Amino acid sequence: MGEVKVQEGWEGRASRPTLRSRTIRRFRRNASGIIGLALLILLVAMAVLSPVISGDPLAQDILNKLQSPSSQHFLGTDQLGRDVWARVVHGAAISLRIGFLVVLLSVVIGVIVGLTAGSLGRVWDNVLMRITDIFFAFPSLILAMAIAAALGRDLNNTILAVAAVTWPVYARLVRAQALALREREFVEAARALGTSTPRILWRHILPNTWTPVLVQASFDVGGAILTAAGLSFIGFGAQPPTPEWGAMVSETRDYIREAPWAASAPAIGIMLTVLAFNLLGDALRDVLDPRGRD
Amino acid sequence: MWSYLVRRLFFVIFVAWGVTFATFFIAQVVPADPALAALGDNAREEQVQEFRHRYGLDKPKPVQYAIYMNRLLRGDLGQSLRTSRPVADDLKEFFPATIELSLAALLVSLLFGIPAGVLAALRQNRAPDLVVRLLALLGGATPVFFLAILLLELLHGKLGLLPGPGRLDPYLLTPPRVTGVMTLDTLIARDGKAFVDSLRHLLLPAFVLGAASLALLARMTRGAMLEVLSQDYVRTARSKGLSERGVVLRHAAKNAALPVLTVIGSLLGSLLSGAVLTETIFSWPGIGRYVTVSAASLDFPAVMGVTLLAGLVYALINLAVDLLYAAIDPRIRYG
Repeated sequence: MGEVKVQEGWEGRASRPTLRSRTIRRFRRNASGIIGLALLILLVAMAVLSPVISGDPLAQDILNKLQSPSSQHFLGTDQLGRDVWARVVHGAAISLRIGFLVVLLSVVIGVIVGLTAGSLGRVWDNVLMRITDIFFAFPSLILAMAIAAALGRDLNNTILAVAAVTWPVYARLVRAQALALREREFVEAARALGTSTPRILWRHILPNTWTPVLVQASFDVGGAILTAAGLSFIGFGAQPPTPEWGAMVSETRDYIREAPWAASAPAIGIMLTVLAFNLLGDALRDVLDPRGRD
Repeated sequence: MWSYLVRRLFFVIFVAWGVTFATFFIAQVVPADPALAALGDNAREEQVQEFRHRYGLDKPKPVQYAIYMNRLLRGDLGQSLRTSRPVADDLKEFFPATIELSLAALLVSLLFGIPAGVLAALRQNRAPDLVVRLLALLGGATPVFFLAILLLELLHGKLGLLPGPGRLDPYLLTPPRVTGVMTLDTLIARDGKAFVDSLRHLLLPAFVLGAASLALLARMTRGAMLEVLSQDYVRTARSKGLSERGVVLRHAAKNAALPVLTVIGSLLGSLLSGAVLTETIFSWPGIGRYVTVSAASLDFPAVMGVTLLAGLVYALINLAVDLLYAAIDPRIRYG
């Protein structure tokens, strides 16, 4: 914190910059954060513009199978003559949707469970946290696999299955925050003024849990994309011919020698996406977590 | 101390029960029919009825659960719908291969991850640090299955340096099964050639499975070392003229070990889970591959057996880590 003050004096500011503007400034100075954000914007743009910047990801052209990259097929073609670029770009939309929906669902469940456990007293706390413990003990991929097998193998069930193994982290995070915040003066003050419990939770506790949740969420979007791709790879997620990245690697792995681009392109897609969210998560933690600041 | 241990052991049992209950619950929402999955869609009605009756699938759900729990308490995990063998026998057959692979992967990640992290911390913001950080970032983002395919193609297919999938060259005599761990069994059989071959088979899957953990471990170790190196007692150690080696080994490493230890515990758990993909690609006969095939054929007794085993291992590892924590850090006491 000392460093910030020195800089303010040096810049000769008349008024203190707001917390938000300082946070944004700190983020802008964080190289990994900028790279992560730039990558993410690129990927989202690719996903949104996929119908415009590429052709049909399902159109087969057997005569032109396993073609190497050319001006016509930017990333070559796969074993059915499908355009790899079109499939990778459409896959970005699928993977990002999976990642965001899994984390959204997990945060909603985790916040409800965590807030309830952290505020309704010991009995609820014990019951809910023991349930959370059980979900923690599950080997995540095995649980996701069982759920996907039980519900039927499609993308929406993949999202449910991965969310089922992701939410417990948020329940623990939010509960820990709620327990700590409950004892703070501003919450006591609100209680003394006669504020109702739901309102305290909603207005005073919840907003203060967002920082750790946001950092965790950033890492988890990447994690969810990896898990979902793994599920699809072993046949429990998206099914061919869906251009899901994990399923694409699985479909084209036998041709890795003749046409390495067909399996590598979707794999690199996964890597870049996960990398973007990890970089972003690192940067958010550095910027938002007070203990991480020098 | 003892009351703490008893409480924790109760918790282990609770987690084990919870995991089977959750799996049982999932098995009940199955829209698909395990009987049809096992017999095929063209099965005759009598066959399906007979199958359901044989495995107790025709009884009401609560009764099915009561029967399962009753058997479980006597150590009987039920019968696999797919292999028609007791699940316990299947687990006994496949678990040693997973233990072998997971421990080897853990060893790989410790052997490379910790030195890499220490090196990066000691050379902060210089070339070694940047290389380690870049590799750690990439390692954390690479899908296990792609790494496996890539390395298999490169080291086995192109260069022929390492053997392909499997645990032992088919031309070699498989040693009699004693432990189920191939590297140990070949040693027990005093078959040097087979031992070397089994080690060579283990190398690639262990590295693939351990890669993500290696990356995480390097990052964690680096962070913990940097934190410790900035502490006053390290400055004191330096100022009293201790060699850099002494500072790092005696003062810094010991204190940086704590946060790293916690990670290692959770790593073992995630290795078991990650083994699903690695075992499938490397045709490794462990419980990861077993549970994948079982889940695909809706063989829930088998899936429940594996989740129970994995849940138990997870809870016990956590307990062990907490106890080790207290052993290393005298400030921690459990009561």
